[in-house]
Amino acid sequence: MSRNGLLIDYQYCTGCHSCEVACRNEHNIPRGKWGIKLTEVGPWQVEGDKWEWNYVPVPTTLCDLCEDRVKAGEKPTCVHHCLGQCMEYGPVEELAKKMAGKGKKVVMFAP
Amino acid sequence: MSKITKEWKHVNEDGSYTVRTCGWSPPGDHPVGCGMKLHVKGGKLVKVEGDPDHPISQGRLCIRCLTLPEFVHHPQRITTPMKRAPENRGKDIWQKISWDEAWDIIVPKIKEFKKKYGAESIVVFGGTGRQACLYYYPLGFASIGTPNVCYPWSGWSCYGPRCSITDYILGAGYPEIDFAGTYPDRYDNPNYVVPKWIMQWGKNPLMSNPDGFFGHSLIDLLKRGTELIQIDPRMTWLGTRSKYVCQLRPGTDTALALAFINVIINEELYDKDFVENWCYGFDELKERAQEYSPEKVADITWVPAQKIREVARFMATEKPGAIQWGLAVDENPNGVQLGHAILSLCAITGNLDVPGGITMGPPAALLGKWRMETRRNLSPELWDKRIGAKEWPALSTAMATTHPDETLDTLETGKPYKLRMGWFNSSNFITPTCSAQPDRWYRALKSLEFNVVQDLFMTPTAMAFADVFLPLPTFAEADGVVVTHFGRNAVFLGAINEALRVGDTKSDIEVCIELGKKLHPDMWQFDSVDDFFTKQLKPELGIDFNDLREQFIYQPKYEYRKFETGKLRSDGEPGFNTVTGMVELTSTLFEAWGEDALPYFQEPPYSPVSTPELFKEYPFVLTTGARKFTSFHSEHRQISTLREIDPYNEMEIHPDAAAKLGIIDGDWVMMENMFGKCKAKAKLTPIIHPQVVHSTHGWWYPEKPGEEPSLFGVWESNINTLIPHKHIGKLGFGCPAKQMICKVYRIEEGV
Ligand code: SF4
Ligand code: SF4
Ligand code: SF4
Repeated sequence: MSRNGLLIDYQYCTGCHSCEVACRNEHNIPRGKWGIKLTEVGPWQVEGDKWEWNYVPVPTTLCDLCEDRVKAGEKPTCVHHCLGQCMEYGPVEELAKKMAGKGKKVVMFAP
Repeated sequence: MSKITKEWKHVNEDGSYTVRTCGWSPPGDHPVGCGMKLHVKGGKLVKVEGDPDHPISQGRLCIRCLTLPEFVHHPQRITTPMKRAPENRGKDIWQKISWDEAWDIIVPKIKEFKKKYGAESIVVFGGTGRQACLYYYPLGFASIGTPNVCYPWSGWSCYGPRCSITDYILGAGYPEIDFAGTYPDRYDNPNYVVPKWIMQWGKNPLMSNPDGFFGHSLIDLLKRGTELIQIDPRMTWLGTRSKYVCQLRPGTDTALALAFINVIINEELYDKDFVENWCYGFDELKERAQEYSPEKVADITWVPAQKIREVARFMATEKPGAIQWGLAVDENPNGVQLGHAILSLCAITGNLDVPGGITMGPPAALLGKWRMETRRNLSPELWDKRIGAKEWPALSTAMATTHPDETLDTLETGKPYKLRMGWFNSSNFITPTCSAQPDRWYRALKSLEFNVVQDLFMTPTAMAFADVFLPLPTFAEADGVVVTHFGRNAVFLGAINEALRVGDTKSDIEVCIELGKKLHPDMWQFDSVDDFFTKQLKPELGIDFNDLREQFIYQPKYEYRKFETGKLRSDGEPGFNTVTGMVELTSTLFEAWGEDALPYFQEPPYSPVSTPELFKEYPFVLTTGARKFTSFHSEHRQISTLREIDPYNEMEIHPDAAAKLGIIDGDWVMMENMFGKCKAKAKLTPIIHPQVVHSTHGWWYPEKPGEEPSLFGVWESNINTLIPHKHIGKLGFGCPAKQMICKVYRIEEGV
C-alpha cells in the first residue's frame, strides 16, 4: 500500500495558524504541544524589494494524517481549513507529480 | 442568486446536532460571514468546521472561529445580567439579577433622565466591527430615543471617513475590489475578469478581513495571476509576494497619491474617455498635481522617484486593476485628501465599476431602509441637539452620530449640556481600541450618573463604569443576518442560525426590541426576532428569514457600469449621485464646507518635519494598529489557544535601531511621548524602517486584578494614551494614530 503525505506549497502559506489550531481541535492536543507547527524563515532582505519570508508548517509525531477523517471520506482538517489553500493530502507518488508542476517553494511531508 | 438547498439543522440519532451558519460577531470580527458547521452535543458546542459549500470561504476558517468553543464555554464569560451599586463602580461587587429586574432598573432611569434633562442627556457608545454596528444606532434612536449615538474614536477614524468621502466624491456605496464575491461560481463566472493588479493602500487584509472582505481572496487572485502592490510603511508578508512595495514614511500617503496622479496625467496615461465623460474638475486636478513631482514626493515619502514613476505607469497601462484602501486612510488628519486622491486615481485609470476593477455599491445600503427609518423617532429639534453636528457638517451629514472629539469635550465641560447616562454596546474603548487619550475618557466618563454595559466578558470598560451589565450571546447563540460591508456594497447576505444558548443572554436585536417595546412601542411592531428579519428581508429580497436559513446565502446580482445605465442615481439619470452628477475630482462639497476643493498634502501634526525639536526627543515615527490573526481589537485576550500564539503586546523595531538602544529581541520596552506611555515586548525585525516603530493595539490582561486601579492592567500597555485628542482634519475626520512620534527604551520588568 502506498504511503500518504502532505504537500505544502509554501509560496502561499500566510502563517495564519489555522492548520495548527484545526489539528489541535481534532486531536484534543493539550497546550504546549502541536500536531503540526508553523516554522518561520526570514524575513530578510535579499536585494532591493526582494525578500525571503516563508512560513512552513511541519507535522509532528502526533500527526496521524487524520486517519479517522480520511476513512470517513473527508480531508485532513489542516488541509480543509487552510486559509491559503496551499496544503494537499494524498499518496506520495501523486503528490510528487504535483510538486513538479509547482514553483520553487514546495515541500512534501510523509509523517 | 445562489441556492444551496441543504437543511440548516441536522439532528443525529444520539440527539447531537449540527447547525450551518455564517460567522459574524461576537466574538469579534467584521461582517465576513464565513460558512461553518457548529456541532452541538449534550448542550455544548463541541466542534466548529468550515463549510466547503460556502462560495467565499469554501471551508476555510481563521483561528478566531476555530477557537469558538473556547470562547462560548469560557469560565470567565458572563451569562446572566448583573447589577452593582454606583458607589461600587470599579469594584468587583456584583449581584446577579434577572432580565426583568434589569429592565425594572433601566427603564425608569431612562424615563427619568428624559423627563428631567431631555433625551439628549443619554449617550449610546458603540464599538467597531461587531454585529452591534447594525443595532446600536436603532438602540439609541428608536429604543431609547436619544439623538446621541457615539463612535468614540477621534476623528471617527474607522470606515466612516472612507464612506463619507465616497459619498461626496462618487455618490455611491463603499468601493471594493472585484473579487467575484457576488457570483456563486466565483472566479469562473464568464462576466468576471481577473484584475491585472490590486494595490493595498495602508491595508493588510489577510489578518483584518476588513469590512467583510474575505482577506485570503487575495491569495486566490495571486494564484490566478493578479500582481499585488503594497503601499505600507512595513514590508509585510504580502509585500514579499508583491510586484511593487512602496515603503513610505507613515502619514505621507497623500503626497504619494498626488505623485502617482502627476505621472499619470503628465505622461497622458489616463483614461481620456472616462475623464471626459464622467469626471468633473480634471483641469484643476492636473494643475494641483504639478506641485507633486516624483522627485519632491520622494523626499517627503522616502519612496524613490523612479519607483513612483514605475508604479504609476503600471497602474495606468494595465487594465483592469483596483485599489483597496485601508484604515490608514481614516487614521490620518490628512486622510480626507488621501481618500479623495485615491478615488481620483481609481477614476482616471478607468477602473470604476468595471469587471475586475473596483465595484461600487448602489446608493442605498442592502437592508439599510429600516436602519434609516429609526431616526423618524426623533423630532427635528431633538436631532439638532446631536453633539457636534452643527460644528462639523461634513461629518454629521454623512454620519448619524455625534462628533467623537466633541463628545469627550462635552463630558468634560458639560457644554452645550450635561450628559447623564451612558450605554456601552460592545465597546471596550478605554482599552486601546477606538479612543484617543483613553485616560482622559476614563476620567470624564466618571461624571455619568448611570451606565449600562452590554458585553460577553468583564472588560476594563465594564469594570470601570457599569451599573448594570447585560450579557450578550456569541453568534453561535442567536439568530441574525450577516451582510458584508455593512450593506454598503454587500457581496452576500448570510443567515446566522442559533445553535445553542449558554446562560441567560440577549442579542443586540433582542435587546432593541424588548427595550423598544417598553419605551417606543410604535417603532417596534415586531412579534419576534424572526418576524423582525422577515419584515426587513421580504420587501427588498422577496424571501423571509426561514428562506434565508434554508438558502444559507443570498448573493445579490451585481451590475457593472451603473453610471451608464442610471442605476447610481436616485433620478435614474446616467452619471454619479453627486452634486455635479460626475466623479468630483474637484469637490463642490468640500469647498462649500470651507475646505480645499482639491486634494493636498499636509505633514502629520507631529513628525520629523513639522516638529523637528520634539523629534529630537522622540526620535521614532510611531504607527499602530496592524492586526494579528489572534484577535479582533481588544477581544480574545483570555482565549488560551490564541494567547499562546500571541502572549503579549508587541512592538516592532528595526535591529539597527534596537542595537543603538541596547534592546534585544524579546526585551520589554516602553514607548513614550509627551502624551503617554505603553509597555510592549520588542520584536526585532528588518521589515520596519529604522526610524519607525509599530505597536499592536487593544491590549489588556484578563489575568490581572480587575478592580481599580488595575482594571486588568489596562493602563500598562495602552498605546492609545500616546495618541492626542482632537488633532483632526478640517472637516472633522481623521486622527494621527498611524503617524505619531515617540521614544523607546528598555525596561527591566514586563507585565
Ligand atoms: S493531517 Fe491531521 S493530524 Fe496531521 S497535521 Fe494535519 S490535521 Fe494534524
Ligand atoms: S493553514 Fe495554510 S496558510 Fe495557514 S499557516 Fe497553515 S499552511 Fe499556512
Ligand atoms: S474571517 Fe475568521 S473570524 Fe471572521 S467569520 Fe471568517 S473565520 Fe470567523
